[in-house]
Amino acid sequence: MGVELPTTEFSDIPDELWLELESHAHDGAQGHAGQVQLLDEEGRFKSESKLAQSISTLSEDSLRGMYRDMAMIRRFDTEATALQRQGQLALWVPLRGQEAAQIGSGTATLAQDYVFPTYREHGVALTRGIDLADLLRLFRGISNGGWDPRITGFHLYTLVLAAQVPHAVGYAMGMQRDAARAAAQTATAQGAAAQTATAQAAAAPGAGPSATADAGAPSAEPGAVVAYFGDGASSEGDVHESMVFAASFKAPVVFFCQNNQWAISVPSEVQSRIPLFNRAKGYGFPGVRVDGNDVLAVRAVTEWALERARSGKGPVLIEAYTYRQGAHTTADDPTKYRLSDEEQSWVAKDPLSRFEKYLRAEGIADDAFFARVAAEGDAVAAKARADVLDFVAPSLEDSFRNVYAEPHPLIAEELAWHREYEAGFADENSGSAQEGGH
Amino acid sequence: MPTMTIAKAINAGLRAALGQDETVMLMGEDIGTLGGVYRVTEGLKADFGGERVIDSPLAESGIIGTSIGLALRGYRPVAEIQFDGFVFPGFNQITTQLAKMHSRSKGQLTVPVTIRIPYGGGIGSIEHHSESPEALFAHTAGLRIVTPSNPHDAYWMTQQAIACEDPVIIFEPKRRYWLKGEVDTEDPGASADPFRAHVVREGTDATVVVYGPLVPVALAAAEASAEDGRSIEVIDLRSISPIDFDAVVASVEKTGRLIVAHEAPTFGGIGGEIASRVSERAFLALEAPVIRVGGFHMPYPVAKVEEHYLPDIDRILEALDRAFAY
Ligand SMILES: Cc1ncc(C[n+]2csc(CCOP(=O)(O)OP(=O)(O)O)c2C)c(N)n1
Repeated sequence: MGVELPTTEFSDIPDELWLELESHAHDGAQGHAGQVQLLDEEGRFKSESKLAQSISTLSEDSLRGMYRDMAMIRRFDTEATALQRQGQLALWVPLRGQEAAQIGSGTATLAQDYVFPTYREHGVALTRGIDLADLLRLFRGISNGGWDPRITGFHLYTLVLAAQVPHAVGYAMGMQRDAARAAAQTATAQGAAAQTATAQAAAAPGAGPSATADAGAPSAEPGAVVAYFGDGASSEGDVHESMVFAASFKAPVVFFCQNNQWAISVPSEVQSRIPLFNRAKGYGFPGVRVDGNDVLAVRAVTEWALERARSGKGPVLIEAYTYRQGAHTTADDPTKYRLSDEEQSWVAKDPLSRFEKYLRAEGIADDAFFARVAAEGDAVAAKARADVLDFVAPSLEDSFRNVYAEPHPLIAEELAWHREYEAGFADENSGSAQEGGH
Repeated sequence: MPTMTIAKAINAGLRAALGQDETVMLMGEDIGTLGGVYRVTEGLKADFGGERVIDSPLAESGIIGTSIGLALRGYRPVAEIQFDGFVFPGFNQITTQLAKMHSRSKGQLTVPVTIRIPYGGGIGSIEHHSESPEALFAHTAGLRIVTPSNPHDAYWMTQQAIACEDPVIIFEPKRRYWLKGEVDTEDPGASADPFRAHVVREGTDATVVVYGPLVPVALAAAEASAEDGRSIEVIDLRSISPIDFDAVVASVEKTGRLIVAHEAPTFGGIGGEIASRVSERAFLALEAPVIRVGGFHMPYPVAKVEEHYLPDIDRILEALDRAFAY
């Protein structure tokens, strides 16, 4: 009798691991306890943790690589901030303090995964092979992107908060369909070859021949999507609606909320009265809080969540509990709204120094390694500076391109007017500009 | 008379409204402790408390939607949208609810919500920080839309909007926040009616209609034109909904030529509406077609090229040349 209520018991999660994740869910406050951690603040590895297994399979090279990525992006970030101060960039959005959250999660993604960033995910960009100069172009005000999201699996930055989160869910739903179509195709291939087209149409209702071509051949490798957003953005309706869709359709998406404690001047308590990750339960999927300054824990939790999503078990919300060490952007002055005591307490949890202690203690990296990384960082910074000074500003004509994918008469008309208007300056005595406003 | 910037004048206007009426309250992202990203609300939380000046959660639909609820309960909320490009998560609430509440309740309900939106380009910012979406709202019946171009208007319009029984959107020209001018805090003078246009420069040969950030540009163009012996009248529209067509038509009947300039794209914009009204009401007075000067049909371009996108003195002069060529 009655309606069957959806369960909030996540039976697919191995009991042991779930207990570990669950045990962190009941501190009920915004406190620091109750988060998954593999490296404590002294850099000591908690090998008894269930999640420690996935880390122990990482090679020493990958561990050093993760440190290198964190150091590289920190150095790059410092340089970009300086470039903004010198007037070379219109704005910069610093990530200092969030390196572990970004490198840990970014390196957990696979080539077939797809990432939807907000605007501070420079570290994730690095792990997805983005040319960092493209990020600088954006903040110099000469481009709104520049990289090809289809190649990098790293979507364009989004300045309207949370707007990318439903896209992430939709993309994940597309991946899910691809998997269904691929399965259908395999089944068909085993049957009569002549019936392929019919089976494909049946597997993907509404996908006509051209839509099928657009969506491309269903990828063989199951993938998942990561949607990045902040604690502030988590209040936007788009995030809530996304979570409803993701839960309803079991979309292979990992919601990765970097709770850096502040949405400009507003503390995270204004956005959520309960620990953010607890919200996931209400939508019907698991939520986990991870120490966002512990690169190994972030890596392990994200790998777990991505693998779960790829295998068809639906979404996960990861709340990476971290801290924005610097200003919100270079236009912001954090001394107006937060205390330096708080800042200091978080510096003590710094993600880089913690990981460095671990690597040294385990004998994975030595002075020579850290010196090499520092030198490499300086080179990355020097290149960033040189890149920015070499940038060539576009002309307004470029902005007429790509407004539409197909020709549009109004664009043609306005571009023609603009050219004639500009030409009038080259030769003041030329004829009068043609009709039409602007 | 005190001299202040537009930003300070809005601050003073908000302060006066908060002081006079305890149902007035401010809500928005970062408007409290920080005083807003442009410091327009600086000091107000300290003086009126966190119950009257609220740092809201980061959710525009929530900000507008709860403002509607508060207004239904007798409050006069003033909502800040941090930047023009971020109004759209709240667009649904503004256009389908706020604008229509009075008419769908057959006049039983009023929702005196004020929405402040810094708008327009010219500040060298990144995507979504430089837009001019006024036409999207002007097209929606039930909303009133004003835009000050000087501190005196900013001071009074802010209070007039809050006092208005209808929802009012104030588009604040962000690149003019630091523009200084005298503010008569005792007497609004000609600014007593926020929905009336002002002739800000008299002339006889052509009329240039502008509002918000372009008012100083049009005045400079008129000045340059005077050197060529042309007498240009400049009208600061002030209100985008309703539009003071009488003022525009009266001017055109005197000058015979009309240029309408705004930063927003010309296609589907306010300029088209004015051109059409004037050709209906003053066709015989026109010596030349009404010419629009504005943005192009493209997403707002990247900062490094915006100076070629934004109407400047030259673009207005070129339009005047065309009008005088008839
Ligand atoms: C829809 C929308 N509203 C407001 C803003 C202005 N804004 C930019 S960043 C920001 C705070 C974001 O905080 P959070 O989501 O926690 O991310 P963080 O910047 O801390 O990484 C605000 C209010 C915006 N970009 N988009």
